[in-house]
Amino acid sequence: MKPFDEMIKTGGEVRPPYEQLKCWLDTQNPERLAQKSLDAENVFRKTGITFAVYGDEEAAERLIPFDIIPRIITGNEWRRLSQGIEQRVMALNAFLDDIYHRQEIIRAGRIPRELFTHNDAYLPEMVGFRPPGNVYTHIIGVDIVRTEENQFYVLEDNARTPSGVSYMLENRETMMQLFPELFQQIKVRPVETYPKLLRQSLAAVAPPGCKDTPTIAVLTPGIYNSAYFEHAFLADQMGVELVEGSDLKIENGKVVMRTTEGNRAIDVLYRRVDDSFLDPLTFRRDSALGVAGIMDVYRSGNITIANAPGTGIADDKALYSYMPEIVEFYTGRKAILENVPTHRCSEPDTLKYVLENLSDLVVKEVHGSGGYGMLVGPAASKKECEAFALKLKANPKNYIAQPTLALSTTPIMTEKGLAPRHVDLRPFVLVSDRIRITPGGLTRVALKEGSLVVNSSQGGGTKDTWVLDD
Amino acid sequence: MLLGRTANGLYWMFRYIERAENMARLIDAGLRMALTKTSDAPEEWSSVLMSAGVKIGYDSKYKEYNASLVSDFLLRDLSNPSSVMACVETARSNARMVRTALTREAWESVNETWMVLKSTLASNIPETDLPRVLDQIKRETAIIRGAFHGTMLRNEIFNFARIGTFIERADNTARILDVKYYVLLPSISYVGTTLDNFQWESILRSVSAHRSYRWVYDVEYNPVNIADYLILNSRMPRSLNFCYSNIVDNLKYLALDYGKRHECHDMSEGIMTRLEHNEIRTIFDNGLHEFLSDLIYQTNSLSSKIAHAYNFD
Repeated sequence: MKPFDEMIKTGGEVRPPYEQLKCWLDTQNPERLAQKSLDAENVFRKTGITFAVYGDEEAAERLIPFDIIPRIITGNEWRRLSQGIEQRVMALNAFLDDIYHRQEIIRAGRIPRELFTHNDAYLPEMVGFRPPGNVYTHIIGVDIVRTEENQFYVLEDNARTPSGVSYMLENRETMMQLFPELFQQIKVRPVETYPKLLRQSLAAVAPPGCKDTPTIAVLTPGIYNSAYFEHAFLADQMGVELVEGSDLKIENGKVVMRTTEGNRAIDVLYRRVDDSFLDPLTFRRDSALGVAGIMDVYRSGNITIANAPGTGIADDKALYSYMPEIVEFYTGRKAILENVPTHRCSEPDTLKYVLENLSDLVVKEVHGSGGYGMLVGPAASKKECEAFALKLKANPKNYIAQPTLALSTTPIMTEKGLAPRHVDLRPFVLVSDRIRITPGGLTRVALKEGSLVVNSSQGGGTKDTWVLDD
Repeated sequence: MLLGRTANGLYWMFRYIERAENMARLIDAGLRMALTKTSDAPEEWSSVLMSAGVKIGYDSKYKEYNASLVSDFLLRDLSNPSSVMACVETARSNARMVRTALTREAWESVNETWMVLKSTLASNIPETDLPRVLDQIKRETAIIRGAFHGTMLRNEIFNFARIGTFIERADNTARILDVKYYVLLPSISYVGTTLDNFQWESILRSVSAHRSYRWVYDVEYNPVNIADYLILNSRMPRSLNFCYSNIVDNLKYLALDYGKRHECHDMSEGIMTRLEHNEIRTIFDNGLHEFLSDLIYQTNSLSSKIAHAYNFD
């Protein structure tokens, strides 16, 4: 069956949110549009908006392909999505607070204790500790896919260190440069306030002892990290320092950075370094990316770390299948946004079903990310399926399986004109004293015809995402 | 207030950009000398390597000196940390690191230089193409300088960048003079032979001063004037006097900004005094070589003192 296309209905009719854009596109000279595509690429290359591909010496820095056709969401669609997202991030924070304290949800028998006992994402160091403002996950990117006019699913809650927000901002900036006339005709809700809101949001969760304007810094693993551009971009836009582990140390119970005028204390650290590298005294000893002793400072309430260590347990894939229960348990209501039905391969009957239906399913590693180590059944050869079945049987606990969703498509610009490609959506959410959701997000698009893998590490591209002000 | 690491990144970014440009100039001067045929070409190339401060590295790799080997080593060889490509790579890495301290224009100019030169220097440069490539390098670094001067706020960021530029330049000018100091010595006669004239021009050419010299002094080259021009002249942008006066000024702004003087302030002002209140005759009388090698040493030591004062050592 043909997947749901967000621009053109099955009958060939244009869906209302795309009407104005389609009219405009029809009047455009294809050569001019092709030229604009090239212009966009040059802007990205010149600005150095690149990402690194690990283990790829030659092209150490690559561009994420950008498609100039915007993806459009109506105001009504967005209202429903944002209600669902808000409900979800409230539940995630409540869940984190609970499992690091009384663990009511386990006592109530809603989720099994085993999920935590052997899970590296669950940090015993966080047990009994409450972060400033009682916020655990401050910055979240919820991955959402669409299959029909009114059917959205949450694919993943990125609750540790979601990336991609700089692309949301730069994509919009680029589109406004390339097609100013479009923004005059079509009312699009702005995204450019994100850095300001991020700063406000981080300031709002400063440690209670911080009386002045809090000093905020972004902690990056350094220029060789795949998302370095984004770290620098956000620090720059917020007007805060971009620090590395080697800039930091502990002095008089505070985390300080070494500056040209001596050491300065940091109140809020937006870290883009994984939990395990954060503190060599507590986690991985060989880490040179973190700060020795920062966990002690944190636990004594002298710094806010965003996102809090240990939030990874909330977006663990093993836990994903319990999200509907989690949302209902903490908010008292059914989840507004649905989960993708998920088979836990750890259960013997389910494993049998998954093995028998491998060619129809998407199988993911519980701890994997970035589209690595997964099997897309319908796209895999018989041999690939057989090889994967062996891995699956060897360690069923490590896998979950989901039906292959017919992801919606939107058109991209190809050499032969417009052609539909599958997309997903990652809106960005900020949590502090309140919840702020930027209208829009990052649309990732699988550039290969028919492909369902949108990850940039696997050849996906991005689009500007428009939420209409209607 | 800046991160110490940021100050370090700015300082070295601009040292390496300056160095890349100086390398291009040195090769240019070497090529010109080789063309005159009046001199011993291998010896010229060897002294170019010495001025560039990379002779030991070169000797461990090659046995002979000629235009194609030397220019390849100075332009493209990544095992030579002072080659143009290595400099541009390092400058860009530093720029990436301090990106939040640069304007979009300044960053983009460095990034573009890197992209352009990466492709230009991807393969061997035939000797006939050298002049074009050297021009391109000088043009690229000029664009960086333009973007930087045209868009950057005159604050501490600017000061650290400028200090890096002028420390590198002072070191470079002093080295060029020191390698060739003997051709400037007025041992036999003040009227140079043809060979002397070529040598003198070469020195001026390696600091792009062969035309402006004539605006300040005689049409005829004269070794004492050349030394005066490159050491004591306060308006020649590559002279030691000019470099130090900029170092002193930028350090003063930092002291003003931060409300604190350091050892590096006294030291740079001391060197400046020696350059301001000096006659070229006295320098010759006390030994040109001694003067230059002392200055190279002092510049190095000043660089460490600055790094120490501002927490980036």
